[in-house]
Amino acid sequence: MAKYLLLKHYRGAPTPSNDVPMDRWTPQEISDHVQYMHDFAARLEKTGEFVDGQALAPEGTFVRYDGKGRPPVTDGPFAETKDLIAGWMVIDVDSYERAIELAGELSAAPGAGGKPIHEWLEVRPFLTAPPTITE
Amino acid sequence: MDDALLRTLTPSVLTVLVRRGADFAAAEDAVQDALTEAVRVWPDDPPRDPKGWLVTVAWRKFLDATRADVARRRREDRLGQEPQPGPADAADDTLQLYFLCAHPSLTPSSAVALTLRAVGGLTTRQIAQACLVPEATMAQRISRAKRTVSGVRFDQPGDVATVLRVLYLVFNEGYSGDIDLAAEAIRLTRQLTAVIDHPEAAGLLALMLLHHARRASRLTPEGALVPLAEQDRGRWDTAAIAEGVTILQAALARDRLGEFQAQAAIAALHADAPTAEETDWVQIVEWYDELVRLTDSPVARLNRAVALGEADGPRAGLAALAALDDSLPRHTAVAAYLHERDGDLATAARLYAAAAPKASNLAERDHLTRQAARLNTAGSKGEPRGGRRV
Repeated sequence: MAKYLLLKHYRGAPTPSNDVPMDRWTPQEISDHVQYMHDFAARLEKTGEFVDGQALAPEGTFVRYDGKGRPPVTDGPFAETKDLIAGWMVIDVDSYERAIELAGELSAAPGAGGKPIHEWLEVRPFLTAPPTITE
Repeated sequence: MDDALLRTLTPSVLTVLVRRGADFAAAEDAVQDALTEAVRVWPDDPPRDPKGWLVTVAWRKFLDATRADVARRRREDRLGQEPQPGPADAADDTLQLYFLCAHPSLTPSSAVALTLRAVGGLTTRQIAQACLVPEATMAQRISRAKRTVSGVRFDQPGDVATVLRVLYLVFNEGYSGDIDLAAEAIRLTRQLTAVIDHPEAAGLLALMLLHHARRASRLTPEGALVPLAEQDRGRWDTAAIAEGVTILQAALARDRLGEFQAQAAIAALHADAPTAEETDWVQIVEWYDELVRLTDSPVARLNRAVALGEADGPRAGLAALAALDDSLPRHTAVAAYLHERDGDLATAARLYAAAAPKASNLAERDHLTRQAARLNTAGSKGEPRGGRRV
């Protein structure tokens, strides 16, 4: 029982093999894609492996502390280099192999031409509280 | 309202229903309904015989559900075939429930969830909180598990080793929310040892007690890891240690050694030492030899290298470590520790830093980072501080 974060990168990962921007898809293809995500999450809930998932807006703002009494300095997204994270899902599975298997399935969501987009997903294990046994 | 009593009664009530012919999944639902009703009714009207009350109510719930089900499928004619009430059997039937909940057809997480629910009597919400997943997810996990074992005959003998493995998983699952799963695992294992005479069951109970006894001293209030050598031994639960040692000795006397007994023996040697310096590392190495023989586990070999480093010096530990696959979890951390003991502080600092990102939990990662930082800053800040152990 270990939790993993499946991160959907729009940039920062290698280019998927079916890399067509979503606004060039047909409406039906978009609906099918969204439906696939819904079905995937619903299926994981049934298997008892779903923890949480959210889509993220593309707009990101960088904020940092900039001294007392002064407003934080903000900066817009750096379109050329910024790694855009489109969304995430947290799963709770029995093994690393299972996490990889599920990420692979999620990556098969249909895109342009009804073909899988082969999207890259980053799989990150959660750092948990320490187990009871430490010696 | 005695929550603990309800939880204790759950498995035997469930067993009675299944013995009377109820399907496991349906019986489990009925028992949960009865528990809910008990929580509502008992505070005003406590029963004289709580178990009898629960059996009666659960059986009624089961019959109601069966009737509703049958009606829904328009098969009223089969009502006459309701299972007949049978005798309420002795407590050791509970053992069958343990076997069922740890059935090999279940995945480990399902087995853990089902055990907590059916044997432990926890609610779905409590189990979900303890495992940090949504209640809906846990509800599905449990109902799938119930469906998986639904066709399994209740009187088939099960595999004790599987049951023990599941209980050990529960013990290690964590402790957040209202329910402390380590304490729950101890309660269930204690209950198991009351109905089964098995040295490894006793070994597991001893192991859990010995680890649990030292839990409070393992972390600072802020959650930072405290190495064994620096733990405040005054905070160890001596009653739990004494009980663990007694149970272990009785198990060892049976001369049927298994991995849990061997691990418990190692834990007992740690718990027995009045100070870290007085730890009997020579005997610990011998127990690790047994553990390696029994399990052939790489983790046991790694821990043996640490113990050997204490018993025969860091060079001996490093030599043992060199024979092991360096991709093993904690291999780098152990190497860092042994190099530090050997006086090679530069190598130790480098290895601590390399080990930190490989740690699987936050407290361990922070600890290793702190160790690297301590060695890296020791030269500029004067004398090195304590905290040598991995």
